[in-house]
Amino acid sequence: MAECVNDSDEESRIAYGDYVVLKRGEVFKSVQVENKKKVIFEKQWFFMDNAVGQLYGTMFEIVAGGSLKHKPVKRAGDSLDSKEAGQDNRHIVDDGRSQKLTRDDIETLKEQGLKGQEIVQQLIDNSTTFKDKTEFAQEKYIKKKKKKYESDITVLKPSTRLLAMMYHGREPGKICHLRYDTLAQMLTLGNIHAGSKIIVFETCAGLVLGSVMERMGGFGSVIQMFPGGGPTRAGMESFGFPSHFHQTLHEFPLCKVNAVLAGKLDLSEKDTENSRSEETAAEKNSEAQSMEISLDPQEQMRRDERDRLREQRAQEKKVKMEEKRKKLASAAALLQDRNADGLVIASRFHPCPVLMGLIKFVAPSRPFVVYCQYREPLIECYNKLREQGGVINLRLTDSWLRHYQVLPNRTHPVLLMSGGGGYLLSGTTVDAGTAKTKNPHKSEEPDAKRLKLEEKASSCDSSV
Amino acid sequence: MSFVEYSELIQEGDVVIIFMGHDSMMPIKVQSGAQTQTRYGVIRHSSDLIGQRFGSKVTCSKGGWVYVLHPTPELWTINLPHRTQILYTTDIANITLMLELKPGSVVCESGTGSGSLSHSILRTIAPTGHLHTVEFHSQRAEKAMQEFKEHKVSHLVTVRNQDVCKDGFGITGVADAVFLDIPSPWEAISHAKKALKYKGGRLCSFSPCIEQVQRTCEALLDHGFEEICTLEVLLRVHDVRTVTLPLPDFGPEEYYADSTQTTSDISQEDVNTSVICRTATPPREMAGHTGYLTFSSKPRDQRCE
Repeated sequence: MAECVNDSDEESRIAYGDYVVLKRGEVFKSVQVENKKKVIFEKQWFFMDNAVGQLYGTMFEIVAGGSLKHKPVKRAGDSLDSKEAGQDNRHIVDDGRSQKLTRDDIETLKEQGLKGQEIVQQLIDNSTTFKDKTEFAQEKYIKKKKKKYESDITVLKPSTRLLAMMYHGREPGKICHLRYDTLAQMLTLGNIHAGSKIIVFETCAGLVLGSVMERMGGFGSVIQMFPGGGPTRAGMESFGFPSHFHQTLHEFPLCKVNAVLAGKLDLSEKDTENSRSEETAAEKNSEAQSMEISLDPQEQMRRDERDRLREQRAQEKKVKMEEKRKKLASAAALLQDRNADGLVIASRFHPCPVLMGLIKFVAPSRPFVVYCQYREPLIECYNKLREQGGVINLRLTDSWLRHYQVLPNRTHPVLLMSGGGGYLLSGTTVDAGTAKTKNPHKSEEPDAKRLKLEEKASSCDSSV
Repeated sequence: MSFVEYSELIQEGDVVIIFMGHDSMMPIKVQSGAQTQTRYGVIRHSSDLIGQRFGSKVTCSKGGWVYVLHPTPELWTINLPHRTQILYTTDIANITLMLELKPGSVVCESGTGSGSLSHSILRTIAPTGHLHTVEFHSQRAEKAMQEFKEHKVSHLVTVRNQDVCKDGFGITGVADAVFLDIPSPWEAISHAKKALKYKGGRLCSFSPCIEQVQRTCEALLDHGFEEICTLEVLLRVHDVRTVTLPLPDFGPEEYYADSTQTTSDISQEDVNTSVICRTATPPREMAGHTGYLTFSSKPRDQRCE
């Protein structure tokens, strides 16, 4: 087929440095492929080196010494079929002796390097009750044993789906228990798409940030607001975005939001002041030190060396500070226009002050969405927004997710996940200013007047 | 305006959403000289809409006012003219995530129906992706095409008027994802497989009945699809409100051991006889079932390797 040739396989080959997702059964793990790095996954350890050059989606088995071996795909009729089966379990007695192999026997089999599938076959052959089990019970037995003894690992390309499921399964605490269906709602309700300017505030390890960036495909800009010393991005890194995606990502510290809002953010002065005071402090420190030191020539040389290093470090620091300031300035410039196309919040902080502060940066007629693990803080947000006005279409929602087992004659729901997926408050911003008129840009009202107008607006809104 | 790109000001030819209240919105097409009647009076497009900022408040002739909103696929979903039963945002959100749609994705869809999902897909895959949508009902196919043009997304979509179960999607080996919302999806699985890239892709089928799901899953297995997973998502919308809970009267407190005359006086007159409580209540009735979503992955084609 011609299409096959057109589709380049090069980009779908695993390479050193790639971020990948390992899959075994329903369990995922995100790792970066590195030279001779030991990876521990599902109580097994191995090296990724043999996976390099293989195609994504390839299944591997772990062989002695922790290396991966490409496992040829066998589909359908995967052996292990048995012909005999019982009708029901009326004659099956649980005497604990149905399995003739002992634990030691199984260990020996493993040490002999028997393949998982062969061990499972041995277990079946040595089970006295297997033939009496119903067809369904046999299938279940095989499935269970396969899960235990067959350790096939598939290497996949990261995506929001995989990473969101992985985080939810492995470390829900790190992502504020944000379930993947809730994340899906956020991305859709937020109308996240290429070319927009989105503000993200999250403490979900960078998963929400990454999922927003994936939906934007490297077009537009994302401004990540962060608390404390710096943004958390481990989850975003796991997506393995190409470098041009990173150029669309900006960061801005939450502690400077008030300054930007007041139009008083003066980056240049503050930072140079800071570094200057640090420098002088460092100088004083070294002077104090030098006083104590005797004037022995060797000592002198060492001191010079130290001074040189310090200067070099100071220089490097300066460059870094300069870079940081530039980044801050570019993010501030994006915010200052107050015309963001969307706002996404998902954090462990109380959402109310975050939302009330950040929504001021969003243009009218744009969606915003706030996640919280708990409902009550969002009720407060809802009421505050109602009071303040400037938003419509407010909705407080949560979703239920139910998985199904679909098998011939055995279809039923698997698991009801309720409540644990968190809550969302979503809405649309509108112009809080005066009711229409011929000159459209009339948003620069004095604060007191605007508040009054907004109050009026919200009371009207509720009457509508 | 476009469904895939925000703009600041309303222009002639735009589709805008008139917001009159929570459950009261309507889409209108902006044309100079045109007028639209609402229950708050008339909106004159030339003076009230064109050149205005999206999100601004417009006063109508009777003194009432409305907001004009930029269209989004989500707003369109609740405002579009129904030609068929449609998919709603909750399901759409999960379909989009689980199909791993993003800018650049090539997607197949059938049937087009009323285009609710189509708009969402187009928003997500723009500016570099493409949607191949198949609708066997010629009038619906035509109407969808017209809408895509009006919404300035027609460059991202190809509408084919054919039977997907017989004729497939009209493409081979180019799709990253396939979505099926048809009565007998199991008949389209082989076509879906053909449409997907040889290196693999994702598939989703939406069916209201479990028997349809059953047959679809069997067909998926037969065609070598992997990671078959069926799920259902329900949305609960909570009504935020302030409720008042009256406190019961246990009679005067003077009979109670420690209470003094003065406190009982206060409790009778000044202390509230009720507690005000801010809460959110689940809806009395909610959509309990829309459809089952069956997802699956097509593995890499062995022949092409």
